[in-house]
Amino acid sequence: MPEAVVETRGLRKQFGEKVAVEELTLRVNAGEVFGFLGPNGAGKTTSLKMLLGLVEPTAGEGKVLGAPIGDRRARARLGFLPEHFRFQEWLTGRELLHFHGQLFGMRGPSLDARADELLARVDLLDAAHRPIRTYSKGMMQRVGLAQALIHSPALVFLDEPTSGLDPLGRLLVRDIIRELREQGTAVFLNSHLLGEVEATCDRVVFVKEGRTVHELSLGSEGAGVDVELRAAGLDAPAIEALANIGTVTESRNGTVRMRVASDDRLPEIVRLLVARNVALYEIKAARKSLEAWFLEVMGDEQRPG
Amino acid sequence: MRAILVMARLTLHEAVRRRILTAALICGGAFLALFGTGLHFMVRNLGRHNLMTLVERQVALNMMTLAGLYATNFLMVMAAVMLPVDTLSGEIHSGVIQTLAAKPIRRSEIVLGKWLGHWLVLAGYFVLLAIGVLTIARLEAHFTLPNVQHGLPLMLLEGTVLLTLSIAGGTRFTTITNGMIAFGLYGLAFIGNWVEQIGTYTDNSAARNVGTIASLIMPSEALWQRAAWFMQPAITRELGNTPFSPVSVASGAMVWWAAGYCAVVLCVGLAWMRRRAL
Repeated sequence: MPEAVVETRGLRKQFGEKVAVEELTLRVNAGEVFGFLGPNGAGKTTSLKMLLGLVEPTAGEGKVLGAPIGDRRARARLGFLPEHFRFQEWLTGRELLHFHGQLFGMRGPSLDARADELLARVDLLDAAHRPIRTYSKGMMQRVGLAQALIHSPALVFLDEPTSGLDPLGRLLVRDIIRELREQGTAVFLNSHLLGEVEATCDRVVFVKEGRTVHELSLGSEGAGVDVELRAAGLDAPAIEALANIGTVTESRNGTVRMRVASDDRLPEIVRLLVARNVALYEIKAARKSLEAWFLEVMGDEQRPG
Repeated sequence: MRAILVMARLTLHEAVRRRILTAALICGGAFLALFGTGLHFMVRNLGRHNLMTLVERQVALNMMTLAGLYATNFLMVMAAVMLPVDTLSGEIHSGVIQTLAAKPIRRSEIVLGKWLGHWLVLAGYFVLLAIGVLTIARLEAHFTLPNVQHGLPLMLLEGTVLLTLSIAGGTRFTTITNGMIAFGLYGLAFIGNWVEQIGTYTDNSAARNVGTIASLIMPSEALWQRAAWFMQPAITRELGNTPFSPVSVASGAMVWWAAGYCAVVLCVGLAWMRRRAL
């Protein structure tokens, strides 16, 4: 089993009578991009804050980078971009990175070089000398991302990192997340933009009413593929044989709908039908979207209106 | 310690970049210009009173210079409360503090760094104004206030008390509430001290005790009275014939009380900050 960078068991946070997080049990592995999904008010941000040591849990336990939650040595290897990134707006972009670098004990030419490298990476080198108050929301988000990465962390928490960005900005963040994965940096991504999560995450956890309710791997395995096939001569033994390959959800008037684990099972279905002399007219495969998963896991009661 | 210094440097940087220092220099300069002009005309007027004895002249100049320091004291009190009043509450409210507190620094280092940075700004502002007042008195009237080495540190301690209160309050209260509490306590000390003076003058021990209790709750005014008492000649201390000649002067124990007060208030602020959800 890969090393865990985040591991919690029964983490709970209660503000007076209000329970913000009921029971958070999750694990994030080293080097993976982990999505944390849930509707508004599900307790995602409070969960994130507990993992960062900003909010003390009421109960439960957890470790981040092998140390108890909130440990200062572990925080030295964490990066964090809050949802509503705000900073002393009178600082310039470069000064902001220097200040945050100094808080990690960085200094001198190595800090200068790292700050310039990141400013170039988030496309802010030309604006580095300007006060942050003159930045657009997107620029603010990008300089915030740069401050989260200034010390080359082992784990980065990104809370809605693309919320203020245009499509090009989103692509930039997506590329940076991919680079982080390639460098072996784990990313804990909290985002409402399911398309972004789908494009970047290896694994997601759904949170509902302060509890982790479902886990899904977004690689080739786990998420599943929905298959629809139209054929003549489909008899009961053929349907039974298909059920051995995947889960048949519907079979009517020569149309079968089923779910298989991955695309790899499609040739097997075709071979089986041909071997049984079934005339196959059409076969369609569609990966179940994360949005569909989200709606299924959360249920209709979570939908507003 | 490194993180405290980084935070203190950021606070100083903020004072420069947000033109707080510029505003302080302009206002301080305007105040000193006004004081210098007033003293100039007063000294010229004193020169015309040939019947005035040397002692009377010294008493008049002492009162005028103390009036300048009283105004300095007031400006410093304002600055002590206003400078840091939203430094923590504002950053907690806006979420700025989250990126700081998630770094490998203690929350106490954030508070202490801000305290140190603001104290340096306050001390610089105070020294500039106080030295300005004393220099103007020296140049225009050839007058030197006595015992400034005892008086000025007491005034700075008063500013430190209020600054510490404002910083500590910011760890728990909103900016407005924090400002109201700090100025409210300053007002309480101000009124309490007058009650004490009148109580002493009329030999009313109950009134005197009320004033003493007010000074224990907030020692700011007692520190100013003790500073003013030091910085005047024995004759005005004894006669109590100027607005800055207290009838009742806080003892040296009040200075220790004020120093302990700062330490305790700061510790309470640190404890609040440590437990606070950010």
